[in-house]
Amino acid sequence: MSYATTADHAHDAHHTPRGLTRWLCSTNHKDIGILYLCYAVFAGLLGAAFSIALRAELMYPGDQIFNGNYQLYNVFLTAHAFLMVFFLIMPALVGGFGNYFVPLMIGAPDMAFPRLNNISFWLLVPSLILLLASAFVGTGEARGVGTGWTVYPPLSVVDGLHKGMAIDLAIFSLHLAGISSILGAINFIVTVFNMRAPGMSLFKMPLFVWAMLITAFLLLLALPVLGGAITMLLTDRNLGTNFFNPAGGGDPVLYQHLFWFFGHPEVYVLIVPAFGIISEVVATFSRKPVFGYLGMVGAMSAIGVLGFVVWAHHMFTVGLDPDTEAYYMIATMVIAVPTGIKIFSWIATMWGGSLRFTTPMIFAIGFIFLFTLGGVTGVMLANSAVDVTFHDTYYVVAHFHYAMSLGALFGVFTAFYYWVPKISGYMYSEVLGKIHFWLFFIGTNLTFFPQHFLGMAGMPRRIPDYPDAYAGYNYWSSIGSYIAGAASIFFLYIVIDMFVRKRPAGNNPWGDGATTLEWTISSPPPFHSFETQPDYSKVTEAYPSAHH
Amino acid sequence: MFKPSLPLRFLAATLLVMAFTAGQPAFAQDANATDAATAVMTDATSTDEKDTTRELSAKEKDNAIAEAETITAYDAQKVRGIAKPWQYTYQPAGSPVMAHLVKLHNGILVVITIITIVVLAMLIYVCVKFRAGRNPNPNRFAHNTMVEIIWTVVPILILIGIGIPSVRAHYQYTNNQDIIDNPDMTLKVVGHQWYWSYEYPEHGIAFDSNIVPEDQLKDGQPRLLTVDNPVVVPVGKVVRVQMTSADVIHDWAMPAFGIKQDTVPGKLSETWFKAEKEGIYYGQCSELCGKFHGFMPIEIHVVSDAMFEAWVAGAKLKYAANDQFQLASLSR
Repeated sequence: MSYATTADHAHDAHHTPRGLTRWLCSTNHKDIGILYLCYAVFAGLLGAAFSIALRAELMYPGDQIFNGNYQLYNVFLTAHAFLMVFFLIMPALVGGFGNYFVPLMIGAPDMAFPRLNNISFWLLVPSLILLLASAFVGTGEARGVGTGWTVYPPLSVVDGLHKGMAIDLAIFSLHLAGISSILGAINFIVTVFNMRAPGMSLFKMPLFVWAMLITAFLLLLALPVLGGAITMLLTDRNLGTNFFNPAGGGDPVLYQHLFWFFGHPEVYVLIVPAFGIISEVVATFSRKPVFGYLGMVGAMSAIGVLGFVVWAHHMFTVGLDPDTEAYYMIATMVIAVPTGIKIFSWIATMWGGSLRFTTPMIFAIGFIFLFTLGGVTGVMLANSAVDVTFHDTYYVVAHFHYAMSLGALFGVFTAFYYWVPKISGYMYSEVLGKIHFWLFFIGTNLTFFPQHFLGMAGMPRRIPDYPDAYAGYNYWSSIGSYIAGAASIFFLYIVIDMFVRKRPAGNNPWGDGATTLEWTISSPPPFHSFETQPDYSKVTEAYPSAHH
Repeated sequence: MFKPSLPLRFLAATLLVMAFTAGQPAFAQDANATDAATAVMTDATSTDEKDTTRELSAKEKDNAIAEAETITAYDAQKVRGIAKPWQYTYQPAGSPVMAHLVKLHNGILVVITIITIVVLAMLIYVCVKFRAGRNPNPNRFAHNTMVEIIWTVVPILILIGIGIPSVRAHYQYTNNQDIIDNPDMTLKVVGHQWYWSYEYPEHGIAFDSNIVPEDQLKDGQPRLLTVDNPVVVPVGKVVRVQMTSADVIHDWAMPAFGIKQDTVPGKLSETWFKAEKEGIYYGQCSELCGKFHGFMPIEIHVVSDAMFEAWVAGAKLKYAANDQFQLASLSR
C-alpha cells in the first residue's frame, strides 16, 4: 500500500506540498474534501441568495423586484435549483464529507485514485462557470435558462426566449458536473471495495461509508442517463434531430422519462449520505451503537434500488396509461417501508442511551422529525389520484423542501458541526451553534410549512405573481426565508469565530460514544493519515465500544 | 440493562396507528363509489342542437350575442371555485371526482398526522427520559428482532390500508374510461403561449381565451384569474375534455373539479368532469410554459341547461368568424 514505504524513501513520501501546489494540484483526499466544502459554501450562499430574491418577489401580490421581467424570475428559480442540487448538496455531502471521511473511517491512507479525485473536483469549477455564464448569454429579455431544472422540451427547444446559447451552456455545465460525479462515484466504489483496513469487513463499515457506497452506485447508474437525455436535447436544439419533437416523430414525454430516470435516484443521492451522517451522530451522542445495523444497511440499499423504479410518479399528469400510473403509485408507496425502518431505528438507537444535546445532535434530531414530515407528505403525493390535486402546486414545493432543505441540508449542518473539530482542529462555539440551529429551524419551517396550505388552496408553483387570496401565507413564507438567510450569514460568523478563537478540539472531542476510526487520529489529521495501519481484525461489530 | 418494556411500547404505539387507520371512513368499503360512477352515466342525455334553419335578423343576432354575454358576465355571488385568504383546506369540491379526492386526502391526512405525532412523541420521550443527566450509563443493546419485524410489517399494513382506496379512486374516478367514452358533450382544449383556445365540436363553437389585464378588470373581477372569453358548460353533464398543445407543454388545471392534465404537443390527452353546482370556477396553467406561465388562467361558468342553450346560440354568432378548423390545433 502507498504508505508502506521503506525508511529510505520516507522523506519523499511525507513531503507536504504548500501554497498553490497543495491546493491546485492536490491529490490528497482531505485537501480535496476541504476544497469541495469551500466550493459548496460558495455555491450554497449563491443559491440561497437566488431563493431569497424569489421570496422577495413573492412577498406581496404584484411585481416587486423583477419589475415584470418574468423570464429573469424563471432564470432565478432554475439557477436556485441547479445550484442547490449540483453545487451545494452534492459537493458538500459526497465530495466534501465523503472524500474526507470515507478513507478515514475505513482506515485507508487515501482514495483509490487520487488524481481522478483531483479531476472530479476541478471539473466542477468550469461547470459552475458555464452555469453562471448561461445567465448572461443572449440579448434583451432572452437571457439565461428559464425552464426550471427539468429543462423540459419543447420549452427548452422552441421557446422564443430560449433561442440563444444559454441552454447549451447549461447542458455543457451538466455534462461536466455529470462526468465529475461519475468519476467520483467510481473512486468511492473502488476505495470502499479495495482499501479497507485489515479486518474491516463490509458489515463492520460505519453506516456513513455504506451510505456513500450506495450513493456512488446511484450516481454511477443514473448520471449517464441524464447525460444521454441532455445530449439528445443539445442535438435537437442545434443539429436538427427530432428526439423530442413530435413534428419530426419524436416525443416530449420521452425526455421526461429519461430525465426522471436520473432525477429520482438523484434526490436519493442528496438524502442517503445524510442518512449515514445522522446514524453516526445519533450513535455518538447516545453513547450507543446504531440500533439494527443490518436493517439500516438493508433499508438504505432498498431505498437505492426502489429509487430506480418509481420515476414516473413525477409524471402523473402527463397522461400516462392508467395501469402504468397504478404501478408507479404502488412502487412509490413501498419506499415508505425502508424509510420508516430508518426513522424507527434512529429512535431506538437513542432509546436507553445517554443523550448529550450538542449542536450536531440537535440538528440530527431536527432532521429525524422534519424528514418524517417530508416523508409522509410523499406518501400523500404517491397517490396518483390525490396527486392530481397537488401536482405542480406549492404542496410539492413544501414536500421536497422538507426532504431537501430541512432534510439534506440539516444533514450537511449535522455533519459540519460533528466533523469540523476533526477537520480544523478547533471547536466551534456550542452556544452560537445552538442559536444557528434555532434560527435555521424556525426560518425554514416558517418558509415551507405554510406552502402546504398554498398548495391545497391550488397555488401553482413557478409563477412570479399570484391571485390575491394567496397573499397571507406568501408573506410569512418570505419572512421565514429572510430568517433562514440570516441564519446562513450567522453560520459564516460561527466559522470565523471558530478560527479566530482557536479552541483546541483534541483527537476526540465527543467522548466514548465516538468509536469510528477518524477519532483515533489527531485533529486536524496529519497530511498522511494512518502511518500505522489500523487493525480491525479483533473488532467484532461496526460500532466497537470504547470500553472493549 | 435492557428494558423489557421496549418492544411492548413500540407494539402499543404501532397498534394505536392501526386502530385509527381501521376506523377511518375513507378506508371502509366505499360501496357508493361504483353507484356514483354508474349514476353519472345513466342520467346522461344527448345535447339537442338548437334549430338554426331559419335565418336570423341582425337585431335577433345582436340580442342573442348580448344574452350570451350576460350569461358569462361576472357576478361575485356566483363565484364558487376560487381560493380564499388563509384557506388551509381544498377549495370546495365542484365535481364528484374532487369530492371523492377530498375524502381520500382527508383519510390519508389523518393517518400521516398520527404517524408524525407518534414519531414526535417518541423523540420527545427519549430526549427527556434518556438525557445524559438522567441516564448517565447507556444501555448497549443494538438488536431486537421482534421490534424490527413489527416496525416493518405495521407500515406495510398501513400502506395496504392507504393503497387499496387509492387504487380504487385512481380507476373509478380520475381514470374512469367508461365515463370518458360516454360523455354528454366534448370540450377541446389547446394550450398556446400564453392563452387557451377552446372548441365545442358538437356545437360548432371555437374561440380563444385570454387573460384580462389588471387595468381592465371590472366589478371586482379577481386579478390573474379573469379571462375575456370563459368556458361555459351545462351543470350536471359529463364533459369529456380532450387536450393538446400548439407549442410547449401547458397544463389545464381546475382545482375545484380535481382536474390537472398536461397538454403535450403531438399527444391527445383526455379527462372528464361533471360540474355539480352552477357557478364560476377558476384555475391556472400548471406546467412551466415560459415567460407568461403565471398569466394564462382558466375560467369556467357552469350554467343551467337552458342558459347553456342560450349561450350556445349567442356564442355561435359571436364567434362565427372563428372557423374552428382554422385554429392552431388543427392547422398544425
